[in-house]
Amino acid sequence: MGNLQLVGFVGPSVNWWALMPQIILLGAALIILLVSALAPQRSSTAFATVTTMCAAFTSLVVALGLWNDVKTDGPSSSIASAFGVDGFSIFFTVLILIGLATTALLSHGYLDAEGMDPPEFHALLLCSAAGAIVMASANDLIVMFLGLEALSIGIYVMIAMHHRRSEARESAIKYFVLGAFSSAFLLYGIALTYGSTGSTNLVHIRDYLDAVVFRDQHLLMAAMALLLVGLSFKVAAAPFHFWAPDVYQGAPSPVTGWMASIAKAAGFAALLRIFFAAFASHDVDWAPIVGALAVITLMVGAVMAILQTDVKRMLAFSSVSHAGYILVAVHSASDSGTSAALFYLFTYTLMVLGSFAVVGAMGSDDEHPLSRYSGLGRSRPVIAMGFTLLLLAQAGIPTTSGFIAKFQVIGAAVENKSYFIAAVSMVTAVIGAFMYLRIVMAMYVVDEGEEGPSPVWHWTTSLVVVATVSFTVIVGLVPQFLIDFAEDAVPILIRG
Amino acid sequence: MIELLVAQNSASFPVLNALIIVPIAGAMAVVLLPKSRPELIRPIGAIFASIAGVLSLYVMAQFSVNDPGFQFQSIQSWIPSLGINWHVGVDGISLWLVVLTGLITPIVLVAVDPHHDPKPYTAWLLLLQAGSFGAFLALDLFLFFLMFEIVLVPMYMLIGGWGYDDRRYAATKFFLYTMAGSALMLVAIVSVATLSSGTQDITFNVIELAQRQALSTNTARLCFLAFVLAFVIKVPVVPVHTWLPDAHTQAPTAGSVVLAAVMLKLGTYGLLRFGLYLFPEASVWAAPTLATLGVIGVVYGAIVATMQKDLKRLVAYSSVAHMGFIVLGIFAFTTQSLEGGVLQMVNHGLSTGALFLLVGMLYERRKTRAISELSGIQSAAPIFAGFFTVAMLSSIGVPGLNGFVGEFLVLIGSYETRRWWTVIAATGVILAALYLLWAYQRVFHGEPTADDEKTADLTLKEGLVLAPFLAGIVFLGIYPKPLLERIEPAVNNLISHLEQHSDYVQPDLGDPVVVEGDHGSKDDH
Repeated sequence: MGNLQLVGFVGPSVNWWALMPQIILLGAALIILLVSALAPQRSSTAFATVTTMCAAFTSLVVALGLWNDVKTDGPSSSIASAFGVDGFSIFFTVLILIGLATTALLSHGYLDAEGMDPPEFHALLLCSAAGAIVMASANDLIVMFLGLEALSIGIYVMIAMHHRRSEARESAIKYFVLGAFSSAFLLYGIALTYGSTGSTNLVHIRDYLDAVVFRDQHLLMAAMALLLVGLSFKVAAAPFHFWAPDVYQGAPSPVTGWMASIAKAAGFAALLRIFFAAFASHDVDWAPIVGALAVITLMVGAVMAILQTDVKRMLAFSSVSHAGYILVAVHSASDSGTSAALFYLFTYTLMVLGSFAVVGAMGSDDEHPLSRYSGLGRSRPVIAMGFTLLLLAQAGIPTTSGFIAKFQVIGAAVENKSYFIAAVSMVTAVIGAFMYLRIVMAMYVVDEGEEGPSPVWHWTTSLVVVATVSFTVIVGLVPQFLIDFAEDAVPILIRG
Repeated sequence: MIELLVAQNSASFPVLNALIIVPIAGAMAVVLLPKSRPELIRPIGAIFASIAGVLSLYVMAQFSVNDPGFQFQSIQSWIPSLGINWHVGVDGISLWLVVLTGLITPIVLVAVDPHHDPKPYTAWLLLLQAGSFGAFLALDLFLFFLMFEIVLVPMYMLIGGWGYDDRRYAATKFFLYTMAGSALMLVAIVSVATLSSGTQDITFNVIELAQRQALSTNTARLCFLAFVLAFVIKVPVVPVHTWLPDAHTQAPTAGSVVLAAVMLKLGTYGLLRFGLYLFPEASVWAAPTLATLGVIGVVYGAIVATMQKDLKRLVAYSSVAHMGFIVLGIFAFTTQSLEGGVLQMVNHGLSTGALFLLVGMLYERRKTRAISELSGIQSAAPIFAGFFTVAMLSSIGVPGLNGFVGEFLVLIGSYETRRWWTVIAATGVILAALYLLWAYQRVFHGEPTADDEKTADLTLKEGLVLAPFLAGIVFLGIYPKPLLERIEPAVNNLISHLEQHSDYVQPDLGDPVVVEGDHGSKDDH
């Protein structure tokens, strides 16, 4: 015996600077909770909103600093290669922070209008955003899973926070049960990946797959399938989308916007990292499955959307079909496809945030009928025009960012010789356009006595709508800067 | 020396870009007008539209007659990483459509009172003008697609916002039909650009792509079909024409006029510019089918027009018939037939535009367009009836008016290469006389009822609005040479491009129609 030596545990070196964006967000969440706990009276929502906005802004500045580092020194990793800092992670960090700021503003308006003042809402939002950033930056499947859980748990609670509405609670339970279910799939997939490659680190997985030819790759195939199913739940790709309409409808509109934009973006970040980067050598195995998922998602999203009468459900199915377009880009498993997916995600996120800003301002009841939009073109011309532009952008009409995004997706599909998928995605765009046109029609074509109630607007809504519409139109006219950003962000896995 | 200076000036001043930008600026100016000055909206809109109209006349004046290529070209890099440029230019084929767009929009803005919400109405019409200019001028496939699709939005808004009872249905149908057509065209555009690039940089430049002809035969044919689908829906060719009667009937008068005069031309123009020019071999391959569809349109449109109870719907179906003629002319591939097709695009814009304006004016007076509820208008409103007669005769193709020249050229040009098609299409001319004269007889002749007698005659303003149409109709009927001599080099260029890239050879038809001093000989036939 006696040989047993006690060695002091040496943790991996940590590049704190690289983790700063998340740390700032979590710090802000702690400050909000502490101040609201210690303050003699319940602090106002304004404090939480301002803190969140400041955190988002500071974090954004840090992220841009990191971007500069990546540009000059190349990508790096931290915590024993479990956490990457590259164009990809910073692209998503920026996107998530923009989404965070927007959602914080909208939540402020929502909480004000509903007479709610829980500061926890913003704290949870900050945690959720930090989780999303971790998920997008993770270089290791376990870390990715941690990020996913942090993202999702915040959302579960935010949905249910409106305690007077039973639909919100129903919606939260639905999302929680199905979210847990999909997490189980994902974890099982991670376990099988570990079983077949001997690591959860994406770099090791890629190296192993590059070097080894399997005699029998059933285990790996099962792992990929389970990972794909788990992530498809998160991004609401058909046939794993069934939760989306119900949950989107029941959740408060700012949270719906957050789920539809950032939760989906983080899901795609994980999907791209795992499949495009780590499983790159096996793209013949997974790309056809992703292609099939894309086609199903596009069709289900478009066809189901036109059958809806509730605007929130319409937009839920529209977000399903958007997932289909991004899957088309992922399917092509090329650099141009990935940058098309990133471009699409960025523009889509802002469109959907703007759209749910309008939807939120149009009322927070359980039902959200189309008739409520009747005559908005006359009573609120600026907002109606903004909403119209956002809807046309989602339909992919030119001079909006949505068109450039679709154009790139089609370009990637054609380059990959997936003409059938390209054609399907354009045809479903036409079907989907019918739904957007219905909303536009309701706003502008009004017969006498059909006008809907005049909505109450919070200034935050107008601000968000104006900002997202401006972005949508500017990118639609001069998209080069965002294309460059997306091209620089194509994921590179970092070595040790 | 002065000429040289002018030429240099025209090269340096990007007049084609100005054509697109001026109406957009006008739309912005109109939107930003204060609420307290509603009376300024339409004048300012009309001024901007007129500036664009004057610019289009300037292009026409500076256009060099014997140059078959693209003039006034302007290229700016736009999305460099995708190989997309802002590239505009004009040739003999697009020139007259540009002029038509430039002149019709201000007239319509002045002529038609929207009755409510003048601000968005004026802004949408201006944007429609800008988009139509862009589509006719674009020499970059991406830019063309963008313009081709963006013009849907203003027209959709015009139909939806200012149309008649069934406007929701008509506007949505219009939008979705056109979008469905262009959906596959986008895939084809990307495919053409990607597959043609090979080792070179990807480009969407139409001239470049037409020269490369790098696609294999089958790929080119498939892409051609995707383009054609978009264009035949826009034209519209039977059997994908059903959106047109609804859109025309439900659209406000201004929408109908611009739709007929300008937007339908996007289809036939697209067939020429992007069908024949980009896919010469595939065009020759598909020509019999497309010419057949054109002829079916001529006969079917005429027969259905005869049955119409609504005057506006009748004019709409007459559009189907006229556009069928143009399609036949395009796919007959002779100098005369193509010239006739291009000329007929202008003619149809003038005659049908005037007819829609007149029907709109009649509706303003009587609040009905039903043929059975009108009779004997001639005795109550003789001047109105006179204007209607001229526009109608032009539409029928009576010699001496513009319609005759275009139809005659199409028929004479097509006879050599598509004899039996031409024989059947010629019956369309007779049918046009049938349905238009019969409608005229029912509406304008006969015993006026008490309501009919109260129908007011044309006002001076309305007369002035219609005067340019009538002047064009008569002028082009008597002296079409200024148009034809500018169209001909471009058309010949297109045909030699066809001959070069396919096994098609144009049969010798003798001298082309426009040669010095030869003009009179046409009347001898």
